[in-house]
Amino acid sequence: MRGRERAPALPETAIGLGALAFAGLVLWQAWEIPVSPLYAKIGPSVFPYATAGGLAVLALLLVAQAARGGWQAAEEREVALDRRALAFVVAGLLANVALIGWLGFTAASTVMFVLVARGFGSRTPLRDGAIGSAVALVAYFGFAKALGVNIGAGLVERLLGG
Amino acid sequence: METLSQLANGFAIALTPAHLLWCLVGTTLGTAIGVLPGLGPALTIALLLPITFKVEPTAAFILFAGIYYGAMYGGSTTSILLNTPGESATIVTALEGNRMARSGRAGAALATSAIGSFVAGTIGTIGITFLAPVVVSFALKFGPAEYFSLMVMAFATVSAVLGSSAVRGLTSLFFGFYLGMIGVDLQTGQARFTLGIPELLDGVNVIVVAVGLFAVGETLYVAARRHAGKDEIVPLRGSLYMTREEWSRSWKPWLRGAALGFPIGALPAGGAEIPTFLSYWIEKRLSKKPEEFGTVGAIEGVAGPEAANNASAAGVLVPMLTLGLPTSATAAIMLSAFQSYGINPGPLLLQNQPALVWGLIASLYIANIMLLVLNLPMVGIWVRVLKIPAPLLYAGILVFATIGTYGISNSPVDLILLYLLGAVGFLMRRFDFPTAPVIIGMILGPLAEQNFRQAMTISDGDWTVFFRQPLSATLLALAVVGLVGPRLYALYAARRLRDAAQPGEA
Repeated sequence: MRGRERAPALPETAIGLGALAFAGLVLWQAWEIPVSPLYAKIGPSVFPYATAGGLAVLALLLVAQAARGGWQAAEEREVALDRRALAFVVAGLLANVALIGWLGFTAASTVMFVLVARGFGSRTPLRDGAIGSAVALVAYFGFAKALGVNIGAGLVERLLGG
Repeated sequence: METLSQLANGFAIALTPAHLLWCLVGTTLGTAIGVLPGLGPALTIALLLPITFKVEPTAAFILFAGIYYGAMYGGSTTSILLNTPGESATIVTALEGNRMARSGRAGAALATSAIGSFVAGTIGTIGITFLAPVVVSFALKFGPAEYFSLMVMAFATVSAVLGSSAVRGLTSLFFGFYLGMIGVDLQTGQARFTLGIPELLDGVNVIVVAVGLFAVGETLYVAARRHAGKDEIVPLRGSLYMTREEWSRSWKPWLRGAALGFPIGALPAGGAEIPTFLSYWIEKRLSKKPEEFGTVGAIEGVAGPEAANNASAAGVLVPMLTLGLPTSATAAIMLSAFQSYGINPGPLLLQNQPALVWGLIASLYIANIMLLVLNLPMVGIWVRVLKIPAPLLYAGILVFATIGTYGISNSPVDLILLYLLGAVGFLMRRFDFPTAPVIIGMILGPLAEQNFRQAMTISDGDWTVFFRQPLSATLLALAVVGLVGPRLYALYAARRLRDAAQPGEA
């Protein structure tokens, strides 16, 4: 790795440690798999253990790379995260999960559409709402019906005969 | 000449009105999603997977293959006009193509890339036609041990050789293994990695993973980078026809690109990045006008890599159809479509499903012709598609992502999983982890495990079976070379540099 003088990179260290924690989770879950003696030869837990081991080794290598200055491209490191945009998109996703069960697909999707469009800098929520509900209806009646996908119908869909 | 009569049968299947229509839908949709930044063929085919419950396999695969080829054509339009590669395989096209567009030669760049894609795509499809039966006759000798070793080699090359870092590529791959193992183990009936959530007993659907990583992850990534500034669309000026000089500078790079792309794509290592970069490098060396590279844009630098890209896309279908070995995210999702039909791609596919395979291959020839028409005279439509504002585009992507995911079982668990995977995809994008190995690991991991256990059962628990059979041992050796080779070479090169330079430098 070039630049041995570079200071350890914090974000990459976090990624490496996160991968290590994940390897731990996989190991714990592999431990939980009951193995019947019938299949003692190559049981269902052999590959899970191998995966946990592989992930642990790779996570340690990531931590080591982070300690030597990290790997993130300079351009990527310098772009400041647009937290506001992210927050709006995440809010849209959460609203979708929360609403889809009782309001139905179209209504939930419209709310998500407006929030996500706002996150991407749109300043016309009413127009976005109109476009969003049109997209959702086309998606519902065109795409989902054509594919034979059954998606929970809400009030709007039932009114329109979905 | 059995191949030719089989191909003729294939055309008889592909030329029926219904199949032609599927092909047209696929190529049009493929071009559109190739043009749109942030959408790719893997995501689109994943969203369309439920179609496998409704239409017969031949129609579905004609549709998927049309999307796959179409995205390769459409991606180059975005690269040339927007400088944002619509597809990872068209990164190189952006280098010269966008410079050509900026110096007022967008029309010629689009023309050489569409015609080059047609030439190379057709050469690649001819390659599939004649190579597939040969690979099949070879692959019929494979037992479980050979298959396992072949997959190990594919894992090594796909994640370690193709990405920018072996460690990150392998981390992605192992994450994919983990996802692939969630659910009930088919051989023993034991639940694995389900965390006690009953919804996970059936496993994680590949739709959720592909849509999470490619749609949700991509949306979060683009939203977070709004400070980075935007690329401008270069207006389409100038005629779409190439001058005599441009033709004569294009045809050799097309053929060279196809000659590079198809074999590399057909290797179990796969990938379009290596052949496109190689082609760019070669054309830069061979060009009579090297001063145009990196300045006003050289047409050879568009023609060669674009041809290589399309020929390698065709090549990737060879190991997929003959060995059941996907080497790209799109191919892995197509493999899962085969699985949902209960069809096992592999050497027996050509024998058991000749109508499907040859109909599909014949439709690829037709798709190339359709795509040439769609992408050259009708390029104006796609320029307009490119102008969809980002807020509406990404909000729309998330609506379709919801349909694709929530439609699987109407369970909020799938949506939560989708968003968790989206968060993972965001981090992977931001920290330069390749995402394709996740999908490949998820689809291919369980198959590798199955072959491993079968081989061990046949050998009665003898681990050395993988090293004793020459073919299997060779494949494993190649995997090790793929993993360690580049590193050793880098060390060797660094040492030679240090010896050449003054001591203490480097």
